[in-house]
Amino acid sequence: MQTLTKPVGLELEQAQMMTGAEAVIQSLLAEGVDTVFGYPGGAIMPVYDALYDYQHFLNHVLVRHEQGGIHAAQGYARVSGKVGVCFATSGPGATNLITGLADAMIDSNPLVCITGQVASHLLGTDAFQETDVVGVSMPVTKWNCQVTKAEDIPAAIAKAFFIARSGRPGPVLIDITKDAQFGKLAFHYEPCQLVRSYVPKVKLDLEQVQRAAELINNAKKPFLLVGQGVIISQAERELLQLVEKAGIPFAWTLMGLSAVPTDHELGMGMLGMHGNYAPNVKTNECDILIAVGMRFDDRVTGDVSKYAKQAKVIHIEIDPAEIDKNIKADVPVVADAKEALQALVEMVHPNDHSAWVNEFHEKRAIEVEKVITQDLFPQKEGLTMGEVIRRVSDHLNGDGILVTDVGQHQMVASRYFQFKKSRSNVTSGGLGTMGFALPAALGAKLGSPDREVVAVIGDGGFQMTLQELATIFQTQAAVKIIILNNNFLGMVRQWQQLFFEKRYSFTEMTNPDFIKISEAYGIPATKVTLREDLDKGVEALLSSDGPFLLEVVVEKEDNVFPMVPSGASVSDIRLE
Amino acid sequence: MIRKYTISIFTENFIGLLNRITIIFTRRHINIESLTVSESEVKGVHRYTFVVKSEEEKVKKLVKQIEKLVDVLKAFYYTNEETVFQEIALYKVSTAGLKEGRNFERLIREHHARMLTVEAEFVVIEKTGHKEETQELLRQLQPFGVLEFARSGRVAVTKPMKRLSSYLKEMEEDQLQLT
Repeated sequence: MQTLTKPVGLELEQAQMMTGAEAVIQSLLAEGVDTVFGYPGGAIMPVYDALYDYQHFLNHVLVRHEQGGIHAAQGYARVSGKVGVCFATSGPGATNLITGLADAMIDSNPLVCITGQVASHLLGTDAFQETDVVGVSMPVTKWNCQVTKAEDIPAAIAKAFFIARSGRPGPVLIDITKDAQFGKLAFHYEPCQLVRSYVPKVKLDLEQVQRAAELINNAKKPFLLVGQGVIISQAERELLQLVEKAGIPFAWTLMGLSAVPTDHELGMGMLGMHGNYAPNVKTNECDILIAVGMRFDDRVTGDVSKYAKQAKVIHIEIDPAEIDKNIKADVPVVADAKEALQALVEMVHPNDHSAWVNEFHEKRAIEVEKVITQDLFPQKEGLTMGEVIRRVSDHLNGDGILVTDVGQHQMVASRYFQFKKSRSNVTSGGLGTMGFALPAALGAKLGSPDREVVAVIGDGGFQMTLQELATIFQTQAAVKIIILNNNFLGMVRQWQQLFFEKRYSFTEMTNPDFIKISEAYGIPATKVTLREDLDKGVEALLSSDGPFLLEVVVEKEDNVFPMVPSGASVSDIRLE
Repeated sequence: MIRKYTISIFTENFIGLLNRITIIFTRRHINIESLTVSESEVKGVHRYTFVVKSEEEKVKKLVKQIEKLVDVLKAFYYTNEETVFQEIALYKVSTAGLKEGRNFERLIREHHARMLTVEAEFVVIEKTGHKEETQELLRQLQPFGVLEFARSGRVAVTKPMKRLSSYLKEMEEDQLQLT
């Protein structure tokens, strides 16, 4: 039994009578929750009424749209490693969570979402604001349930937290009927430690680790891929021990970004469609491919029939369903990344593969010449996204948290932002949710208040959730917002240019005055259109004590390269 | 190669779980040929038996996704050879048709079917067997006038001797290392 907090010094005795609504709050406090993102409404009003008495114990952030609430909870979870929590009412409140649930599901973010539901006697009657949210959210939750009795609330919340954060994390939804919120129960909280039907992680099979070690010890050209699993299992140190001991060059997925310092001498950059040249090409030349905590997403693999066919694949992954799903593993290791790497480090021999590492450097030099120099030190008049990102990154000196939306700016930021600390990259990876970044940045700032949080957003994505400027203003969370404005849906336009004969079908945007919008929300803002003003703009952004918005007008029709065209092999990556 | 597979799933008994399981089939565009649900030999553990026609590779991935569900204890797939299975069929046949002198009695005997009830206007015949067998009887009953026909989903037990309880024990051991 944990110590619970009750307003103004009242000690909560065991099995105290209270309403279901109050039990929701007490259960969250018992789980150590300090922040909730939410939006009230009819079916969740009892919970909000209970919350009124607990405002000093639980920081509730009133978002402006439930989608903003759940993305904020994701941002909070991603930087803090804690479970993100959000509240929504029934019907439209709950359905507005769906995009965020799908996003959290595919990117393995631990969330507990609590939705209000119409009273249990009205279920199935098409009552006002009734939606079958359990049914609707089934494919996009790790687990969900409906609670119709007050006395079932503490156990349901305990189970939800256990499931959300254990094993491969994911979003959980609990739908609580209004009568259950009003009902009385004798409150007692027991954290959940076991669900009979659920094995979050299996026992490490040391024989498999031994087989992996043998492959690595005999490898001439080993190559390691870092996925988000390294961050989730806090295996950053073990990973570096392994690659440094065995001399293995490595690269990261979009979700694995920031797990290891960007400037590590064995770090070869980002994998995937808009990743770096060397790691993509070398994937099809290595002899041993070691994938840690990643799922071989199609944006990473390109054509799977031409992916690393020459290599033996070691796949270290906590989710057994990911083994052989996209890429066949010669040595599957179903395990928590940290446990597996700890064992593996002991079994590998010290080694050096500098000739092989040099091959990466040679490819890197080609990319520097053909792409990176033009991106970072452009000769043309218009600003590039790359130079803006690098300027911000230099100012932060590897200490900031980068939150990105989806599109060209996301890829450019992921390529050029320099990281020194883990849990510093928040992006919508698997789902590619435009509108993710602004609310996620708010959540990230609240989850990591001592660090600078920079949200980099395109002009398209910004307009999908810009109402959260109001939440940022109300909370005064010092989120630093950069809009990279090319007045286009840039990534779609790029594809139209390259693959649809420049038929720019509905991708050009006539945008509003973003500065006026920001200022209307009470957030100071400045606009940069010329290269000579960029430094001043970035300084204004980063020196501001509170939230700030910087709009940078960038080249209208720039493309992101390198690029693995959709359906092509990773070794067919294009530099121009 | 496309074959018939029997998928056995052992689960907790929760509302909505069937939906959670079937959307995994739907999303991968795998049609469910038949489905039966009942309590298993372990009290409180429910057994789902699905029959699908698909490729082994697809079925293997499907079963992993099913087993990943929090409320699913274990999921397995088998070929027909690895299981002993039956289906039950009921045939409602018009009595008028029986009067026409065909050898109804021999048909019932040969198919090891049995008569469940005789009413003024119809009889109800029951047969258990594999689908081909119940289908064959249907074909042969057609001339008599089949008024209604219903066939159950497959029920199946497996030939491999490992018991559910020992799987549950293994799961417990995996869980204990966590606590």
